[in-house]
Amino acid sequence: MKIAVGQGSCGIAAGAMKTYEILNSNLDLNKNQLTVTGCIGMCYLEPIVDVYACDGLHRFVKVNGEIAEKIATAINNNDLTSVKEFEISNDDKQFLDKQTRIALRHCGVINPEIIEDYTNDDGYKALNKVLTTMSPEDVIEEIKVSGLAGRGGAGFPTWFKWNAARQSTGDKKYLICNADEGDPGAFMDRAVIEGDPHNLIEGMLIGAYAIGASEAIVYVRAEYPLAIRRLQNAIDQAMAKGFIGQNIMGTDFSCDFRIKAGAGAFVCGEETALIESLEGSRGMPRLKPPFPAQSGYWHKPSNINNVETFANVSWIILNGGNAFSSMGTENSKGTKVFALTGKIKRGGLVEIPMGKTLRDVIFDIGGGIKNDKNFKAVQMGGPSGGCIPEELLDTVIDYKALSQTGAIMGSGGMVVMDDSTCMVEMARFFLDFTAKESCGKCVHCRLGTKRMLEILTRITEGNGKEDDIELLEELCLAIKDGALCGLGQTAPNPVLTTLKYFKNEYIEHIVDKKCTAHECTSLLRYEINADACKGCTLCAKKCPVGAISGTVKNPHKIDMAQCIKCGNCVSVCRFNAVEVK
Amino acid sequence: MSCNCQNSTDFSLLEPCLEKYATVPGSLITILQNAQDIYGYLPVDVILHISQRTGIKVTKIMGVATFYSQFRLQPVGKYLIMLCQGTACHVNGSLQIEKVINEHLGIKDGETTEDGLFTLKNVACLGCCSLSPVMMINDDTYGSLTPEKAISIFKELQEKAREEE
Repeated sequence: MKIAVGQGSCGIAAGAMKTYEILNSNLDLNKNQLTVTGCIGMCYLEPIVDVYACDGLHRFVKVNGEIAEKIATAINNNDLTSVKEFEISNDDKQFLDKQTRIALRHCGVINPEIIEDYTNDDGYKALNKVLTTMSPEDVIEEIKVSGLAGRGGAGFPTWFKWNAARQSTGDKKYLICNADEGDPGAFMDRAVIEGDPHNLIEGMLIGAYAIGASEAIVYVRAEYPLAIRRLQNAIDQAMAKGFIGQNIMGTDFSCDFRIKAGAGAFVCGEETALIESLEGSRGMPRLKPPFPAQSGYWHKPSNINNVETFANVSWIILNGGNAFSSMGTENSKGTKVFALTGKIKRGGLVEIPMGKTLRDVIFDIGGGIKNDKNFKAVQMGGPSGGCIPEELLDTVIDYKALSQTGAIMGSGGMVVMDDSTCMVEMARFFLDFTAKESCGKCVHCRLGTKRMLEILTRITEGNGKEDDIELLEELCLAIKDGALCGLGQTAPNPVLTTLKYFKNEYIEHIVDKKCTAHECTSLLRYEINADACKGCTLCAKKCPVGAISGTVKNPHKIDMAQCIKCGNCVSVCRFNAVEVK
Repeated sequence: MSCNCQNSTDFSLLEPCLEKYATVPGSLITILQNAQDIYGYLPVDVILHISQRTGIKVTKIMGVATFYSQFRLQPVGKYLIMLCQGTACHVNGSLQIEKVINEHLGIKDGETTEDGLFTLKNVACLGCCSLSPVMMINDDTYGSLTPEKAISIFKELQEKAREEE
């Protein structure tokens, strides 16, 4: 039997290495083959072990050391019925069954460290087809037919960028992959690189052929060490097979390939900042035009696409642009990968055709809200995006429809929030992020985000002023208009959307000095319900500042003047007598 | 230029990297990454040495070193705690974990414990959002953290460090 252990970063964090070791030492390896795969996307069930038996696939989930031993014994005895209880439930199966996988089609299926696993599944066939039967113009036409648009966030038509770079004249052109996945809450690109690195390489080589580039560079963020290691391994293997380098597959096409590790700066996800960083400088955006297609890396024509964009290319070449464009809506074709996280039951990677609704993703696939709490909002597009409220859950996934809500498709981060999340605090969180990550080049972003952060901070601390909302709105519009790059122009989005859909929360914070989500500690009041308190004295003992007084078997009291709102009393009380207001 | 360091830094460790990259345009970040891997941080004398060997002005090197969050100008503890403060971790309670670190280890963001064992660094997103809240200690990722779980991880590492001594 073939046994595969999912070893993406999340699998490893959940203990997949230990699971692998136990299987390795307990399995009869003369009869069985043990291998690894990347992340299948069901991160909430890791570590996952797939057993390919003669009657089909048996998928075991949350396999800790103890379960791994049992599974190994069952496999050695050729009887999987004894471990059936550890197999994935029918409910959880829905998570994958309801998806349509193109960019992620090999993730969690093949071994990312073995090139043969990829070539046996039609790998590098698209590259061969392109190099032997298609002109660069044919390739661009096929991508145009497919309707593929940039998956990094902006949704710009891929063929248009390729064509512009193709049309640019120059002795040297570069093809660059933006793998600086900086949006907090997004990890699609990491999963593709860790789980299917050859698919990225193949897509990039096809792109390089189309625009006439002789060098391809992947800019990967330094926080992804495993992705860098697997990608380097894949590059070495592809080079050994003659898929990278001089006269690829015996044709005239030559292309070098290398990785550049980023050094941690969110703004480097902006393409001109990324180019500055590639050149060894501070990652500060350049003025556009000229666009990178005319003057990019070392001022040569350069084309930059996101990982997921490239991950679709080989599939489009093999299956035809029409097959891709048959999925989706009028404005948005194909599929999109989302990283579903936050207060969600089934968190992980979801790839679905465009045109599904947010409700489909969050409730149908994601299983709804954790602990059966109430849905409040979903944050899409990271610091450049916004929060979408419940009444807009039937919005279809489509570039235009999503931007009409005030959020954006973005790179695909979807952070789900329940009613314990304060929307003002959420806006403050994102502004804290953008203020820290602002490169400082333009005044609007450098100072504007700081001022907004100050205002939001004072609102969450209970010191908000009555005209703060107008001031925030004014600042938002000024920054949108005045900032130099995408980071600055979109930085106000989290504030604008929360003001649009959750203005009442701002007013509560400012006027009533209340935080209904109980997140802003400065606005909380702790009180002991005298009827419920049994006078056990535990809270008084655990209070770090001695703010609780009372005698044994008599109701206790909290002195709010001394209380530091640490919440210890709430967590230690066994009678739920401490009330947070 | 004279240096106040007690121990002189061994520049020969960086030589293979400088031989390969010193004259290749655009390699400054790569050189700094290598230097930090070797010395654990970017000491002043190493920055001066890189400037001499590459011809890149010290101001530019400092500009780059202070722009990117990966680079450190101060040494770090044996265990570098990178606490994820991404959106998913934030929503699932990363601030509580930070509080535990503040209280249990007595360090705030950017600080190192007196025994030189732990340094805390808040980071944007580690990309393990499904296991949030998450922290990375050196190269190992720890997910689904609770205050109790975090404390037991620190205790384990303290124990391990004591044994190694």
